[in-house]
Amino acid sequence: MGSEAFEALLDADDKIEPKDWMPDGYRQTLIRQIAQHAHSEIIGMQPEGNWITRAPTLKRKTILMAKVQDEAGHGLYLYSAAETLGVSRHELVGLLHGGRQKYSSIFNYPTLTWGDIGAIGWLVDGAAITNQLMLARCSYGPYARAMVRICKEESFHQRQGYEIMLALANGSDAQQAMAQDSLNRWWWPSLMMFGPHDSESTHSEQSTAWKIKRVSNDDLRQQFVDTTVPQAEFLGLSIPDPDLVWDKARGHYDFGPIDWEEFWTVVKGNGPMNRERIAHKTRAWEEGAWVRDAATAYAAKHRPDRLSA
Amino acid sequence: MPYEIHTAPGEEPPDEPQAPTGDHGWPLWEVFVRQKRGLAHIHAGSLHAPDPETALQSARDVYTRRLEGVSIWVVPSSTIVASDPDDAAELFEPAADKAYRHPTFYDIPDEVGHM
Repeated sequence: MGSEAFEALLDADDKIEPKDWMPDGYRQTLIRQIAQHAHSEIIGMQPEGNWITRAPTLKRKTILMAKVQDEAGHGLYLYSAAETLGVSRHELVGLLHGGRQKYSSIFNYPTLTWGDIGAIGWLVDGAAITNQLMLARCSYGPYARAMVRICKEESFHQRQGYEIMLALANGSDAQQAMAQDSLNRWWWPSLMMFGPHDSESTHSEQSTAWKIKRVSNDDLRQQFVDTTVPQAEFLGLSIPDPDLVWDKARGHYDFGPIDWEEFWTVVKGNGPMNRERIAHKTRAWEEGAWVRDAATAYAAKHRPDRLSA
Repeated sequence: MPYEIHTAPGEEPPDEPQAPTGDHGWPLWEVFVRQKRGLAHIHAGSLHAPDPETALQSARDVYTRRLEGVSIWVVPSSTIVASDPDDAAELFEPAADKAYRHPTFYDIPDEVGHM
C-alpha cells in the first residue's frame, strides 16, 4: 500500500487505519492534534475540579465529580488513539509537562464562581461538541471512534451545564447576576475556541484535504452562535455583544469582532492561568510517582513475566 | 472538551515527539467489552497498566462508566497478531467472485414459498 491507496481511501470517504501506509505529514499532524486534544481533556479537569468541594448541593457535587471523571476518561481514549500512530503516552505527557505541546486555551481562564461551572458545561462543552461532531467524521479511524464515544458523553456535560444556568437564571437577583456574569466572561473565549478566521488559519487547508478537518473554523463558529443565542434568550440572559443581530437574508446571526489580541496572548502562554495549570499538572504527576512505582513493583513481584509485554 | 490548538504567528510550532525513547511506561492492554449476555465481547479501546488485575480494574473505570458492559476481557496488546493491510487483496478478494456461497445466488420459484 502506498500513496495511491491512501488517496483512494480518502476519495472514497473510507477510514485510514493504524497499519495503513500514510504520509508522514498526515501522521505527524494527527499525533500533534490528538495529543493536544488529549492534553486539553486532562487539563480541563482543573477549572472544574476547582469547584468540587464547593458545589452547592450533594447532587451537584456527585454530578460534577462524574463529569470531571469523564474528562479523565476522554483524555485516556485520546492518548490511546494517538498511540496507534506510534508514539507513547509517556512521551506525550512529557511534551505537555515540558511546555512543548499545548492544550486548548480555554482552560487558561479561571473559574471564579459556581456560575462558571454552568457556563463551561453549556458554552465550552457546547463549542467542543460542535467541533467534535465534525471530528467524529474525520478520516483517521481511531480518532473518529474516540470522538463518537466522547460526543455521547459530552451531551450529558452540556445539559448539566445548561441546567445549572437555568437554576441560577430562575433564582434570586444575586443568582441571576451570577449567571449573567459567567456568560459575560465565557462567551468570547468560547467563540475563540474555534480558532482564527479561515483566512488566517495556517493548517486548515492541508487538514481539510486529508479530511481531518471537515468544516471551516468560521462555519463551525457560526453554527455554534446560531444554536446558542436562542438558548441564552430562553434563560433570559443577554449575550455580551452589542453587534449581535439576526440576519434574515443570511439566515444566521451576525456577531461582533473577536478580540484576537486576547486570543493570541493566551495562546502564547500569557493567559490568566497558563502557568498555574501546568505547574499543577506537573506537581500531581510528581506527587503520584510513588503510587506508580508501588504498582510497578507489585506487578514485578507477582508477575515478573507480564512486565516484558 | 475541546480540541483545536493554535500556534501564534511567529511562534515556534509545538514539538513533534522524537524517535521513541524506549520508555513506554506500563504495558498496553486491549480492552474488550460484552455489552450484554448473548453478545460477543467487542473491542472498546486500550489502556496502560502494570498487571492484569489493574488493567481489568482500569478498564472497568475507563470503558464501563455507563452500563456499557457486563463482562470485560483485557489482553496484552503485544500478543495480538494482525494481518497486514498489504495482504488484504490476496486474503479477502478471492471471496468476491464466489457469489454461489450466498443464498441469493439461487433462483427458487415463488410457488415454493419462503426458503
